Amino acid sequence: MTQTNTTTQTPIISIRNLTTAFATRDGDFNAVDDVSLDIHAGKTLCLVGESGSGKSVLSRSLLRIEQPGLIRKGEIILHPSQSAARRVRPGAIDLATLDVKGKTIRDIRGRDIAMIFQEPMSSLSPVHRIGSQITESIRLHEKISKADARDKAVDLLKQVEIASPEVAIDKYPFEFSGGMRQRAMIALALACNPEILVADEPTTALDVTIQAEILDLLKDLQNRHQMAMLFITHDMGVVAQIADQVAVMRHGKVIEENDVFTLFREPQHSYTKTLLKAAQSSDTPSQRRTEMRARRPIGQPILRAVDLGKKFPLSSKGIFRKEVRWLHAVKDVSFDLHAGENIGIVGESGSGKTTLARCIQRIVTAQSGQILLTDAHGTETDLVGLDDKALLPHWRDMRMIFQDPFASLNPRMTISQIIAEPLLLSGMTSATERKERVEELLDLVGLPKSAGSRYPHAFSGGQRQRVSIARAIAPKPRIIIADEATSALDVSIRSRVMDLLLDLQEQLDLSYLFISHDVGLVRYFCDRVLVMYKGEVVESGETEQICTDPHHRYTQSLLSAVPVADPTRRDATTRFRYHAPT
Amino acid sequence: MELQHTATPSDPRAADDVAEASQARLIWEKFRKHRVALVSLYIVGAFYVVALFAEFFQPFDPNLTSRTDVYHPPQMIRLTYVDDMGKRVFAPHVQKQKLTRDKLTLKASYAPVENERVFLRLFPKVETYKLVNLIPVNRTLFGPVNQGERFYLFGSDRLGRDMFSRIVAGTRISMSIGLVGVGMSLVLGLIIGGAAGYFGGWFDTASSRVIELMLSIPTIPIWLGLSAALPPSLDPLTRYFMITLILSLIGWTELARVVRGRFMAMRSEDFVTAGRLDGASPRRVIFRHMMPSLVSHIIASVSLAIPVMILAETSLSFLGLGLMPPSISWGVLLKEAQNIRSIAQAEWLFIPGGFVVVVVLALNFLGDGLRDAADPYSQHGA
Amino acid sequence: MLYYIFRRIVWSIPFFFAISLFAFLIIQAPPGDYLTTYAARLEAQGQVVDQARLETLRERFALGEPILVQYFNWISGIITRGDFGISFEFQQPVSEMIGQRMALSVVLATSTLFFTWAIALPIGIYSAVRQYTAGDYFFSILGFIGLATPNFLIALALMYYGTVHLGADVTGLFSPEYANAPWSGAKVVDLLKHLIIPVVIVGTASTASLIRVMRANLLDELFKPYVVTARAKGLSEFRLLMKYPVRIALNPFVSTIGWAFPQIVSGSTIVAVVLSLPTADPLMLDALLSQDMYLAGAFILLLSVLSIVGMLVSDILLALIDPRIRYT
Repeated sequence: MTQTNTTTQTPIISIRNLTTAFATRDGDFNAVDDVSLDIHAGKTLCLVGESGSGKSVLSRSLLRIEQPGLIRKGEIILHPSQSAARRVRPGAIDLATLDVKGKTIRDIRGRDIAMIFQEPMSSLSPVHRIGSQITESIRLHEKISKADARDKAVDLLKQVEIASPEVAIDKYPFEFSGGMRQRAMIALALACNPEILVADEPTTALDVTIQAEILDLLKDLQNRHQMAMLFITHDMGVVAQIADQVAVMRHGKVIEENDVFTLFREPQHSYTKTLLKAAQSSDTPSQRRTEMRARRPIGQPILRAVDLGKKFPLSSKGIFRKEVRWLHAVKDVSFDLHAGENIGIVGESGSGKTTLARCIQRIVTAQSGQILLTDAHGTETDLVGLDDKALLPHWRDMRMIFQDPFASLNPRMTISQIIAEPLLLSGMTSATERKERVEELLDLVGLPKSAGSRYPHAFSGGQRQRVSIARAIAPKPRIIIADEATSALDVSIRSRVMDLLLDLQEQLDLSYLFISHDVGLVRYFCDRVLVMYKGEVVESGETEQICTDPHHRYTQSLLSAVPVADPTRRDATTRFRYHAPT
Repeated sequence: MELQHTATPSDPRAADDVAEASQARLIWEKFRKHRVALVSLYIVGAFYVVALFAEFFQPFDPNLTSRTDVYHPPQMIRLTYVDDMGKRVFAPHVQKQKLTRDKLTLKASYAPVENERVFLRLFPKVETYKLVNLIPVNRTLFGPVNQGERFYLFGSDRLGRDMFSRIVAGTRISMSIGLVGVGMSLVLGLIIGGAAGYFGGWFDTASSRVIELMLSIPTIPIWLGLSAALPPSLDPLTRYFMITLILSLIGWTELARVVRGRFMAMRSEDFVTAGRLDGASPRRVIFRHMMPSLVSHIIASVSLAIPVMILAETSLSFLGLGLMPPSISWGVLLKEAQNIRSIAQAEWLFIPGGFVVVVVLALNFLGDGLRDAADPYSQHGA
Repeated sequence: MLYYIFRRIVWSIPFFFAISLFAFLIIQAPPGDYLTTYAARLEAQGQVVDQARLETLRERFALGEPILVQYFNWISGIITRGDFGISFEFQQPVSEMIGQRMALSVVLATSTLFFTWAIALPIGIYSAVRQYTAGDYFFSILGFIGLATPNFLIALALMYYGTVHLGADVTGLFSPEYANAPWSGAKVVDLLKHLIIPVVIVGTASTASLIRVMRANLLDELFKPYVVTARAKGLSEFRLLMKYPVRIALNPFVSTIGWAFPQIVSGSTIVAVVLSLPTADPLMLDALLSQDMYLAGAFILLLSVLSIVGMLVSDILLALIDPRIRYT
């Protein structure tokens, strides 16, 4: 472990040799394994790692809410406060020894150490008003009247930049958007002006533009209140934006710790290097792709969408008359996909990108427009208006890869059965023929032959996504629609799956429609891009062109919000929020 | 802590095993760990065996009356006795009892008769009967060594009929009514719930409303009303089917709701969409892609619906509006215990109630175990 | 909120008509009509059947008309005049016979519901919080047995125990001296004393299932992120439990009235018969057995309406405590 800590101050929290374990049938599983860290006042320590690395458990151990885990070993020393503005604590306390239900730790929770969580949707009680959840925390730790606590809560909501806080305080969480809820959550955490804020992936569930706002807000509040922050994330880009100090976790251990600049400049551990490479490569066009395009130029259009529109009925109110409002999920979208080309569709949640993909694949039916597919013989067919039977040959030509690798494979079928299903249904009746083809496909996607007889539950997310790919390419399609196909995967696996898709493109003459919320991935994978906002394409063109010189205000706002995995460029861009003209 | 979705046993060979284990096996493995449910499975199984081969388990004809043995109390089987020579002999028997009257109060009571025993044996010869109405058999599981002698393990009723044989006979009807009724409900529930879940739209709205309505009305008054409408002159078999039909007319709603809910949830699953895109016809989507995942849930719901049916039949017959003599079901038997005079005189008339409790309990545990096991990946449940 | 209640009430009107039609069809279901049964019975007793009298009765009940007309006569009589028709058996207007009995049925059903709640709620919470402890197992097993034992069996057992071992009479709702006495404070006390046993018996099954519902609901909520949030505020475990997960687990629990109430009404039928309670149910059973269909139909209709009202109340309560329902 490299320890190049330059701070001379004593830390606020020192973690020493902490081990937090979960009792399993096969003995203890150490989710946090002998970890030592320091957190300093006014500084941000980023804890970075992939799923299952133990970073969440570590953060919960600080507040002693690690249950059902148990602290087996080590100390968590909370040092006396250094600022006069805060509560004077008698002396250093070892949190690891406290009774998790006792008064001492309860007094520390929320007052000295506060926490915000990943899921803004479920972290607030759905049946209590925002205000009552905040004032509860205030009145728990400070002896003030209800009215004073309410004033304070309004002030907190103002601090986290919630519009008209006097009204918002009496709202329920479900009346708030995701970003607003996370702001309310931050207000709740700040209620007693804590010295340490633990933030467990607070922006992961949010759109990238909202993420940028929340990160700015957290940094601003930190400066104002001189808080120490323990920030947990899996995203190197976010780390580069916010960290002072970084600790990389893997399998419960801290494998590398350094200040953010040194760590990004000279990563020591190979795992850190992999993480950094994965984060930085997705910011540039894939070399594999550019080389491929030089060898094999892009051909004629094979799929054309013309003025596609899809709307959903929103609500019908009233008993006697029906008033139907419509949600225009997709509005007049047009594009051409050429043979051997990758088109990216990028947008945030609610932009209609997934609905668009499902319209084109004809899982749902568009209400207006045309989907013109040119088959291998050059005949153009409009897919809109065809029934399931008539669509069959086209469904073999245009295939889909789904987002969630856990939901898209039938748990009751073996991998062979899953991959063979489209073969069987396209008329390959000979079992031996199918078996050979399945093995060939498994080989193509980099899975062993033995995988065929297994069930999906035996595979990890990345492997499952390979199975999905094998199923997609089984009937020799020409177009593949990948709907957030890599979003559910860890960063290091993500780039490997994308490279697999690119390799297959060259071997099998594929064209991709790549749907993603992640501009970085689109830049890596796609030749051209469509930027969607509220159902409309606001800008389209060459990926590089748009990523470097966006014209539409929304695209500019989106790009400025993407965290760049380079701490030296953290303040280079100015962020702003895009408001659609009404 | 993030949940591990993949099975990660430490032994690599075991890993292979788990990887290639089908859903059915995973479910069975999980179910087996639920010990109470496993025991319940054996109990339920045993009851159905008795129900199927009821004649074989009856030492006597359940309708055979005996004027001398009215309200005969239950007798214990003893395995050995000490004979005249003072030697202990192995010979299963019951002590004979005789009806006596107290000379003063004239109260009737049974007193054991010294040295008179009814000896029992396995597989005694009896009059030829047809097992399951098909196979002619002339032996029962056990009975008196001397044909014509009587013994009463569970006592006798007001006509001196053997309660043990009657309970065994009742097992057949009570257990089968659960199965047949649930079978009918299942057909209705599958068709209506499945159609509602798969097609949605107005059919879904309409059927949901009907289900809601039927769930919100008290069942017993409705059952009573419907059975009261049956003509009393119906022959036992028709009545049996009509009563079962009435029970399932109400009973299908719960099953339909479960089926509909599961169908709805699964219809939007990606793997079902994937099946459709693979070119599967609606029929194949339903039967190849959706059904296998539904079956375990349906089995679990069914095993939870059977006890409801059994209880319903028992209650109806108890009130005199369900099955009627000469049909024998547990409810019909319990009707005998309806007035306080009979049960004060013959407590053993409660015994059929004990069987109802045991069977319903076992079926509930079984259903619970199945429901927990039905989703082998869920983290909840025992 | 008012709008929600209004809408919910309007919604239950078609329900009411569906149920009344259902009840009427049951009335109509027996082959022939009451008068043929009546005439047959008179003949069997060797009495002379007065054809003219039969004709007047037939006319009076419009038995010659099509079913829908009969239904319309019946239902409009109920709605406009509270006229449920006449009991053939007792030769009395049905509405005069059912009043007090229905009231006692309502008393029995609602007190059972409150009893059920009062028992199920704390035990459910206890079982969830102390999952897999001896106490949890104890209550689970007790609950399972409660579910598996038919109500009437418990009633019989208690009756047997009371009569044979205690020499006490557990049947009825009133002591003999109060049975026909006018209402008074003492009579109410007497009623409450007699209510305890039927309430316990009728409530067993629903208590058992509600315990399981509450336990499962709470277990679902106990590990939700908002609980962790509340714990991270520094709330004590008890306050935390009561204010957040229990409060939220209550929502689905309240909605169980919707189905627990019909279950209670249904269960009380059979218990009332066994314990010969002066509620609606034994009379309904008699009416059904003697095919006195207007009387039986009135009871079936009213008991069903009671259930629908229970469901309505449960929905409104749910909207009161859950803002998510109120606002959508």
